Amino acid sequence: MDMDIIQWMKGHRVFFDGGMGSLLQEKGLKAGELPETWNLLHPQVLVEIHKAYLRAGANIITTNTFGANALKYPAEGKWELKALVRAAVENGKQAREAYIRECKEQEMGRTGAVEMASAGVAVRKGGTATTDIAPIYVALDLGPTGKLLKPLGDLDFERAVELYKEVIRAGAGAGADLILVETMSDSMEVKAAVLAAKESCSLPVFATMAFDQKGKLLTGGDVESIVALLEGLRVDALGLNCGLGPVQMRPIAEKLLAVSSTPVIVNPNAGLPRSEGGKTVYDIDADQFAQEMEKIARMGISMMGGCCGTTPEHIEKLVGRCRDLPVTLPEKKGRTVISSYSQAVVLGKDPVIIGERINPTGKSRFKQALRDHNIEYILREGVTQQDNGAHVLDVNVGLPEIDEPAMMEEVVRELQAVTDLPLQIDTSSIQAMERALRCYNGKALVNSVNGKQEVMEAVFPLVAKYGGVVVGLCLDEAGIPETAEGRIQVAKKILRTAARYGIGPEDIIIDGLCMTVSSDSKGALTTLETLRRVRDELHGKTVLGVSNISFGLPQREIINAAFFTMALHDGLSAAIINPNSEAMMRAYYSFRALSDLDAQCGDYIGIYGGQQGLGLGATLSGRRDGLTGTGAGGAGASGPGAAVSQPGGQGTMAGPAGSKGAIAGPAGSVGVALSKGGRFAGAGSNGLSLAEGVIKGLKEVARAAVEEELKARPPLEIINEELIPALDVVGKGFEKGTMFLPQLLMSAEAAKSAFEVIKAHMDSSGQAQESKGKVILATVKGDIHDIGKNIVKVLLENYGYEVIDLGKDVPPEAVVEAAVKDHVLVVGLSALMTTTVPSMEETIRQLREQAPWVKVMVGGAVLTKEYADTIGADRYCRDAMASVDFAGEVMAGGI
Amino acid sequence: MGERLERMETGAEGPVVPIDQREILRYLGYGREQPDEQILALVESTIAEVKRTARPRHITGECKLELMPDGEIAIGSIHVVSRSLSRNLRDCERAVLLAATLGTEIDYLLYRYGRFEMSRAVVLQAASAAMIETYCDMVCEELAERYEAKGLYLRPRFSPGYGDLSLSCQPDLLQELEAGKRIGIKLTESLLMTPSKSVSAVVGVSKKPHRCEVKGCEACGKTDCLYRRI
Repeated sequence: MDMDIIQWMKGHRVFFDGGMGSLLQEKGLKAGELPETWNLLHPQVLVEIHKAYLRAGANIITTNTFGANALKYPAEGKWELKALVRAAVENGKQAREAYIRECKEQEMGRTGAVEMASAGVAVRKGGTATTDIAPIYVALDLGPTGKLLKPLGDLDFERAVELYKEVIRAGAGAGADLILVETMSDSMEVKAAVLAAKESCSLPVFATMAFDQKGKLLTGGDVESIVALLEGLRVDALGLNCGLGPVQMRPIAEKLLAVSSTPVIVNPNAGLPRSEGGKTVYDIDADQFAQEMEKIARMGISMMGGCCGTTPEHIEKLVGRCRDLPVTLPEKKGRTVISSYSQAVVLGKDPVIIGERINPTGKSRFKQALRDHNIEYILREGVTQQDNGAHVLDVNVGLPEIDEPAMMEEVVRELQAVTDLPLQIDTSSIQAMERALRCYNGKALVNSVNGKQEVMEAVFPLVAKYGGVVVGLCLDEAGIPETAEGRIQVAKKILRTAARYGIGPEDIIIDGLCMTVSSDSKGALTTLETLRRVRDELHGKTVLGVSNISFGLPQREIINAAFFTMALHDGLSAAIINPNSEAMMRAYYSFRALSDLDAQCGDYIGIYGGQQGLGLGATLSGRRDGLTGTGAGGAGASGPGAAVSQPGGQGTMAGPAGSKGAIAGPAGSVGVALSKGGRFAGAGSNGLSLAEGVIKGLKEVARAAVEEELKARPPLEIINEELIPALDVVGKGFEKGTMFLPQLLMSAEAAKSAFEVIKAHMDSSGQAQESKGKVILATVKGDIHDIGKNIVKVLLENYGYEVIDLGKDVPPEAVVEAAVKDHVLVVGLSALMTTTVPSMEETIRQLREQAPWVKVMVGGAVLTKEYADTIGADRYCRDAMASVDFAGEVMAGGI
Repeated sequence: MGERLERMETGAEGPVVPIDQREILRYLGYGREQPDEQILALVESTIAEVKRTARPRHITGECKLELMPDGEIAIGSIHVVSRSLSRNLRDCERAVLLAATLGTEIDYLLYRYGRFEMSRAVVLQAASAAMIETYCDMVCEELAERYEAKGLYLRPRFSPGYGDLSLSCQPDLLQELEAGKRIGIKLTESLLMTPSKSVSAVVGVSKKPHRCEVKGCEACGKTDCLYRRI
């Protein structure tokens, strides 16, 4: 067999074939006919097409399997998927054999040294007459599944992996030489395909993506984020195909070359298409195509071919122009980069802020949220940090009494749906780490590995498989070295060992360890020296958990901020800090302005300009209503230095009233600073009562008013005499048609923030809040619209019900299981489309059978009372208030 | 088998699509009522966010149309049975297929606000629904102008799910347009489109001008609907 493609491509230009679909159409493939069926129906046509490309000079031919997967060819269908895939590979192999035979016959029929350029045969230089056919590889072609993955679509990630594995096993078994994942526009889907390949064969894997003219994927990713992901997954080549012609693809290829250390593939369409007299034509012809491709080749791309609309003629002309150009491969860029589904974050000169708040250590409310499975609380911590300027979010959900791997996976999945920041997976559980890395939509930061052999052996294989930049702690079996020299030695050991797993130094960031200065007065200096030496001697990147420096000291934020500035000055690349802390963010923006990282002090002025009247400038503006209320005013939710309980309970923003000094101004001044846009509304000082705050839907007013009230009245009295009556006013107004949905919800949200204050108050005084009972809510199987269900949830929670939210697209069995598990009395089902009402009916049927005590309320755009009666529901709820009434009646025993 | 679709174009990127505030308020059930300032501010800031976030794109393609008895219709290679569509396409010989979407970005926003801030989520829902409708109107108006220059007239667009046109024609319709690959519209198992703010439709092309533009609410029989256009 020929030389391995990985070896071959190091020294040779690689030419892919061109379009398949349009050639099949020419041969008679009808509209609506499934192209892959031709692998079995008309194998000779496929062999001929492949041969035409080989004659044109291609040395990779791609199988006719773009749409081959079990979704399009289900097991119960007419066609056997595996047979179609095997036939596709066989056709490729046959074409190869036939072509080689053809070349040899031609050669025998010739005399002397003949250039067989037009036949795509490379002529060995050196003057001898021996021709040498370039090796030919059959690539198993994998296209998108045709589905959008969860959470926006309904295809589960692991199901996607399975779909690809099925095809890969058949194709690899039939003798494909490599896997080509192509025309991908979703980072999560390409990850599924690449992982499937890595887990079911040992063939080389190439992956190419379809970008638009702006260099973005349909699902939001860009060139940098995709390169980070694919290099993390260790693909053997990556690049672009489809969507654009060579002219539009060139600038994107240029961006790709600038960041990729992996060989780059460019397979454009024949040009930009338009319709002319019933035929698709392109804006450029084969000659222009080849001419444009030559420009791309000269940029340093050595793997090219075509996609839609390109023909053997295009490939022949491309090969003719580019065959003899020198081969250049991208040099190693050495970039330390992580990514989310939509953006890359580079760890370099400009320091990166890693938000530390998603971590239960020392936070009783966070711990309780984990125990209560209160994902929303955790997500809110994430979003607040993003609003305050974090670039990356650390995720630590370790608590002895919970299932950490399951929780970690759930939080990562949910977080990446509500934030586009990259995540740092922070866990000492290898299982939790693997589950997080597997479902993560990007290249993650991994926190952490250290110099212990056992830990390195567990962590590095995961990083090598899923990709990631890993935090290397400078400690090992012997403990934490006291000197910087000792720490550097551990760092070197980590780098050496990582290299054995194929993990380069760019994917390690060294944590020089931040020790508390109150127990060792030289601790900070040792850490700083370590930072400098990693930068200067190892040319590496660094990270620190900055807040650790101040354990056991009063006013920790003061020390934290000062140490943070020192560390930044000594080269710290990334800091794990509390981005909700004014002092820390001031230090950050000042450092950037002072270190030539903030051009014309633009960011600094953008934030602090126009704040002259406010004493010290405020950084944490909160960029939007609602989300920021929690973080900024957050009732003890946000203290500085995470891993600590705060002596004296100092809040982040407001220093104790009256305290002087640089950091904490008078309590009020920061409050005012935070109210840019009027959201803080004077924190109760404008004279509005709690009830008024709720009725008007003013979150901050309600929160401030309830805080006042708690000083004078017992919580239950406030709930019963203020909050509930206020909610009733709004509810009645809604029912009468004098108030509308957005107002109803704003009031509900204001009430909710008041309830949160009351709950925190009751928790701290050891009182338990009574629940009116549990209600299950679900959007039924097949339906992915959950807005109605979410509205109902908000209101039910307001009225004191504990809502078990099963989400959307929920199978009947899951509803039954949840109802049986907690013996829940009320189930609410939502369906928006007529097509999904049958699954609502089925859910009710199963509930009647297995949980006969359950009362079912239903709602959704297409439902009517009659319809609800027909499918056996107990109540049709025309709106969210009706569902509150129904739950009340059931709980009171009235139904 | 019918003829192959003449795929015409994908939309230019970054079109400016106005969003009508009144339309949003109607979706939110306000009818003739005037919302207070706070709600208006919420609506305005949501409109701005939708405009910032959405990536509207579309694709159209023209094909032959054949109307048969009993509501049977051949649209290019697609076969459907629908009396209501048949009525809509009377006197038409060709049809334009249309698919349009605001992209996944809006769905991410909806997901986020659905977790944290339902009041904004419902306004966002309404604003993005208004935007995709307006976008489709713009696309159709532009098409109509071009066809009228050739002496041809377009019928109001008709989507799967309207009247008796079943969603089961969605896979063929989107496949014909290659809407998955080109603009990212995919179907769930229950044939709902993702991203959620997407539209697919058939637009009839006729030599006869259309009598009267009855469409949307006015064409609907449900006269007691909360969201009916007044």
